Amino acid sequence: MLDKFGIARRIAKEVKNGYYVNLGIGIPTLVANFVRTDIEVEFQSENGILGMGPFPFEGQEDADVINAGKQTITALPGASYFDSATSFSMIRGQHVDLTILGAMEVSEQGDIANWKIPGLMVKGMGGAMDLVASADNIIVAMMHTNKDGQSKLLKRCTLPLTGVACVKKIVTNLAVMEITNKGFRLLERAPGVSVEEIKAATEGNLVVNGPIPEMS
Amino acid sequence: MITKTVNSIEEALAGISDGMTLLLGGFGLCGIPENAIAELVRLGVKDLTCISNNAGVDDFGLGLLLKNRQIKKMVASYVGENDEFERQMLSGELEVELIPQGTLAERCRAAQAGFPAFFTPAGFGTEVAEGKEIREFDGKMYVLEKAVKADFAIVKAWKGDTAGNLIFKGTARNFNPNMCGAAQITVAEVEELVPAGSLDPNQIHIPGIFVQRIVQGKDYEKRIEQRTTRPQS
Repeated sequence: MLDKFGIARRIAKEVKNGYYVNLGIGIPTLVANFVRTDIEVEFQSENGILGMGPFPFEGQEDADVINAGKQTITALPGASYFDSATSFSMIRGQHVDLTILGAMEVSEQGDIANWKIPGLMVKGMGGAMDLVASADNIIVAMMHTNKDGQSKLLKRCTLPLTGVACVKKIVTNLAVMEITNKGFRLLERAPGVSVEEIKAATEGNLVVNGPIPEMS
Repeated sequence: MITKTVNSIEEALAGISDGMTLLLGGFGLCGIPENAIAELVRLGVKDLTCISNNAGVDDFGLGLLLKNRQIKKMVASYVGENDEFERQMLSGELEVELIPQGTLAERCRAAQAGFPAFFTPAGFGTEVAEGKEIREFDGKMYVLEKAVKADFAIVKAWKGDTAGNLIFKGTARNFNPNMCGAAQITVAEVEELVPAGSLDPNQIHIPGIFVQRIVQGKDYEKRIEQRTTRPQS
């Protein structure tokens, strides 16, 4: 089974040379730490920076340079700042190659819910609805089940949707899956996790074709 | 040159009254018009509709207006960092419209640019699209969203000149340029106000035509919401 760093490390393998990548808040933010250093990648943060660098050293924080999670960050050589409309032109105009974000629920059709629990929690969608509606390549990073042990991979989402039929791939603490027209196709198992365990933790249809490799 | 300078934040916000709709720049606490928010608190204007990406934190930014019960309706994309906001929203005291961040930015830009509405894919198939016109273009579904309508746009810039030209810094730019000219009156407070001619015209982000009043700000706190650092290696 993977922890959040393991999930981030596995997703980092999906980041290819020449990609512009938008990372959501939470586990997705960690992905930047594991991307190969011998490829050229730029991270976009939707509040208005392309070419986002690591967190600053203590004493070098700039209140005017933050990421979408409101954390202080740095800008790498070649970075640029821009306004919010331009930022979403990059996103809506499909100039961003890969979007990685968290979710509360994903359905076997690729629907995603991650912004609201009616009556309990309302944080808002931020840029997530724009991202999922436009991006061609969306990977969800999340735990396979919630705190109560219930599956987050469902036949149908129960929470208000963020987007419909948009998720391409899901990496959880248990498995790597892709969305197909038959449901969640299992691609890889997390170390030490069996297909049966993954099946038991997945409410939606899990498609298992042949032997499933353990992720390397 | 047409001079846009006013001498105080009081003068800059003259004409703001109860029930008005305000656009306020900023992302989180980054690039928010601190002086204007303080002045709105002092004025005590109420029943405001505030359109801003976030709602501040409990004791800073728009959180100050919320605490004072001056906001009737909040239009934002993300409100996760404000407990008082969540309390007022869940109890029904505060009317809230949550909209996708890119849609919010584009609704401002549309108002600035004279477009009444536009189609975006964001929110299709979700509750955001309920009651809105849906149209298909090239096999993909889009939602019709309208330009914002507001009485005042209140923005914060890094540098500005007496002609109202603005330059922003870092990610404090965010919604500020998009809101300029998207309301009846645009007010810009700046960290450094210089005489016209002092700024390089090549470096201007927002030309003064989009700004009606510019004022020298003071005592910027620039609070950091999530101070995050890495260890010295």
